[in-house]
Amino acid sequence: MNIGLFIPCYIDQLYPQVGIATLQILERLGLSVTYPTNQTCCGQPMANSGFEHLTKDTSHNFVTNFSDFDYIVCPSGSCTLHIKDHLHDDANPDKAISIRKKTVELTEFLTDIIKVKNLDVHFPHKVGLHQSCHGLRGLGLAQMSELIAPPFSKPENLLSMVKRLELIDLERKDECCGFGGTFCVFEEAVSVKMGQDRVADHTVHGAEYITGVDMSCLMHLDGILRRQKSNVKVIHIAEILNSVTK
Amino acid sequence: MSSRDKILAALKKNQPALVELPVLNFAGNASIDLKEQFTKTLTGIGGLVIEVNNWKDIVKHIQSKFPKPDRIVNRVAHLNFESDGLAYSSEISNKPDQQAGQKSDPHDFSNVTVAIMKGEFGVAENGAIWLTDKDMGDQALPYICEHLVLIINKNSIVPTLHEAYEKIGSSTYHLGTFLAGPSKTADIEQSLVLGAHGSKSLIVFLIN
Amino acid sequence: MSPQNKTHAELADKFNRDVERVNWHDQTLWFVREKRDKAAHKIAEWEQLREAASQIKNNVLSNLHDYLVEFEQNALRNGIHVHWASNAQEHNEIVHSIIKKHNVAHLVKSKSMLTEECGLNEYLHQQGVEVVDTDLGERIIQLANEPPSHIVMPCIHWKKEEIGELFHQHLGTPKGNADPQFLTAAARAHLREHFLTSRVALTGVNFGIAETGEFIVCTNEGNADLGVQLADVHIACMGIEKIIPKRNHLSVFLRLLARSATGQPITTYSSHFQKPREGQEMHIVLVDNGRSERLASDDFRNALKCIRCGACFNTCPVYRRSGGHSYHTAVAGPIGSILAPSFDMKKNADLPFASTLCGSCTNVCPVKIDIHDQLYKWRQVLVKNGHTTASKKVEMNVMSQVLSHPMIYKFSGSVGRWVMRTLPFMVNNKFNPWYKQREMPEASTTSFNSWYQNNRKA
Repeated sequence: MNIGLFIPCYIDQLYPQVGIATLQILERLGLSVTYPTNQTCCGQPMANSGFEHLTKDTSHNFVTNFSDFDYIVCPSGSCTLHIKDHLHDDANPDKAISIRKKTVELTEFLTDIIKVKNLDVHFPHKVGLHQSCHGLRGLGLAQMSELIAPPFSKPENLLSMVKRLELIDLERKDECCGFGGTFCVFEEAVSVKMGQDRVADHTVHGAEYITGVDMSCLMHLDGILRRQKSNVKVIHIAEILNSVTK
Repeated sequence: MSSRDKILAALKKNQPALVELPVLNFAGNASIDLKEQFTKTLTGIGGLVIEVNNWKDIVKHIQSKFPKPDRIVNRVAHLNFESDGLAYSSEISNKPDQQAGQKSDPHDFSNVTVAIMKGEFGVAENGAIWLTDKDMGDQALPYICEHLVLIINKNSIVPTLHEAYEKIGSSTYHLGTFLAGPSKTADIEQSLVLGAHGSKSLIVFLIN
Repeated sequence: MSPQNKTHAELADKFNRDVERVNWHDQTLWFVREKRDKAAHKIAEWEQLREAASQIKNNVLSNLHDYLVEFEQNALRNGIHVHWASNAQEHNEIVHSIIKKHNVAHLVKSKSMLTEECGLNEYLHQQGVEVVDTDLGERIIQLANEPPSHIVMPCIHWKKEEIGELFHQHLGTPKGNADPQFLTAAARAHLREHFLTSRVALTGVNFGIAETGEFIVCTNEGNADLGVQLADVHIACMGIEKIIPKRNHLSVFLRLLARSATGQPITTYSSHFQKPREGQEMHIVLVDNGRSERLASDDFRNALKCIRCGACFNTCPVYRRSGGHSYHTAVAGPIGSILAPSFDMKKNADLPFASTLCGSCTNVCPVKIDIHDQLYKWRQVLVKNGHTTASKKVEMNVMSQVLSHPMIYKFSGSVGRWVMRTLPFMVNNKFNPWYKQREMPEASTTSFNSWYQNNRKA
């Protein structure tokens, strides 16, 4: 199985440790992983702002970099969703369609494709799981609280394999954190209030760490936590799933 | 071109290719205790459900609930307050046979304390009772009275609205309504208050 | 936009200055969302009901012409007068002409978002006709001279103490009494007078049935019923999209409507008006006002499926924390944000951006409108039509340039810094809205790309 590693731009630039953890998890599973070094971004920041027409070149670049893999794995629900829903390339329309189908978010990949049953990792902390909306409602990584359907959660299931990790309960288990791409600056007041409320739900239930499948949400929550001088930290789920027992 | 024709022409032009209607295949669970579910649901939305064995019991209940009503309007021939030997001081106006089909001024009912009428049937899932203008006499009566009493046959309760509409079928009426509980509002800070504009209470008698 | 010409973001910023109030507003509406969840969970076939409702509405939109003709025929046969209005102005004129014919200067009205959309109250006021809103929430905001902030709970933004003061001023209740029970009783007495003296009553319509020519009005208070049963004339105003084909389709919609709206199993009164009562005149005004045009759009047609339950408001994390008035339109919230731009793109260009696209609205919608997808699509339409700012355009173009060219991306400055410069939410200066209440991300010493080149390639 030939895996292409898709590392979103802000993870590449600001959170390289998340990319490293993702790569190491996949390598430990014995997979052949390649990171195409000319990748940049999926184009979502422009598209969600109403500038989808400016994503032609980023999309073309994405297709050029990723057309030769069996799966494209990405440690972000949001960027994965954007590729799945919106990737177009006029020069290679079929390749774009094929990439849409092959792009998979990390926890989904581990659960559905690799069917991971156990992990030799430990993380002795109280952890709150922030369900990012694009991962949850876009990709269906877990059951959504609005629907009347049987519960499941791919990220939670993986976290349950982590030794000594204690997953805390939340009052509102899948409320949006308010990041929302450029929403976080154009609607600053509401964005921050949503983030503060999300943080409070985790801290009141004793979380030491807030984790999730999207570093963008976590970056927003981290900004709020640090402004509050809180001891609570954010950590991407890949970093927890890469906490190899020593 | 009239607005009607303009609108219809625009619709014809703009509506997409025909999408078929779905086949509705819903049915409630008829094996559950419908009377119990109906009672529980209606109680939950502020109604009072009383099961009785005979008409006389209804008279007794009404008398004890409303010892001194200003005015009772009774639309149910089976209920006879006088001949049941109960000392009931209030006027019993508008006997059903006098009123049915007769034009009345709805404003005349503005001082009614208790209105009593039959309902056609109940719905277990939501505690609603179906009644039409034939049951109401004057259509204003169930809304303008201070307290409403409805009487339904305890075997008439259907599981859900699907069975309810099957029962209603293609019958015609001036006004048909599902009535579920007393009038209510939660417009002030989501605090539930009974008796917004319509009846302040609803009592439903289940009889054989 | 609002009278002050402010955007959603500006009005929401103002709303957020009172944190206590935002918390209260958020929690009150979340409570309603929880009630909805509880009610929905009691119905095992809930998702199938949503699907059925969605399919019925899809059928309606594909056959609206024939259903309206059928409805008209049957309504006429039932003795109902049928009127057609192309737009808001015509709707208002028709309503006024009926009132004028009966020579009255006073009518009672139950809740109708359509009349809000058409600005009926203002129009009639100018013609010297007093409209008394009889839904308690609507009466409260009418006394306060405000538009509704929610389509189901119009005064959800008012605290009981404020309502107590309002009633003290307008209805003469004792100062300082803020007991909801007491205030409701005062409103009951006040409005009962209006019910008893109005010869014309106006209602909205929840559903019109093509097959039978009847229409259904749902309320909890009984105000619609009391109004029309005491009046000589009943005027019902209905958007043309409110038609459904058959009476038994109501079983699907009435099972969903109140549960989605407030968590009740059904509204207290679900009244089916098929024929005028003896001596009464019944009118129905069918209103287009842009609907037939919207029907042509594959992307935005679905918004016409809305049954006005308000569930998308209650679940929306942005609505709960910005209040209905920040949407500066008759219908606020997520559904309002996809309806309003089709009425006036320029005025409402900000609304599709007042969302994180979290998708919760789409999930609670009882008729499965793809609300968050339409928000995304409206953003594209708005930008293409020039409804964006020059600075946003520049930012987006720069970002696109950098991200489209791997070489520029990699060498556009020392690691991490391009993000700070390029992404609009990372501009690190005192005007940076990110930094106002959040710390900046800590700059990393390396990019993943360079780490990879150093540790894996070679």
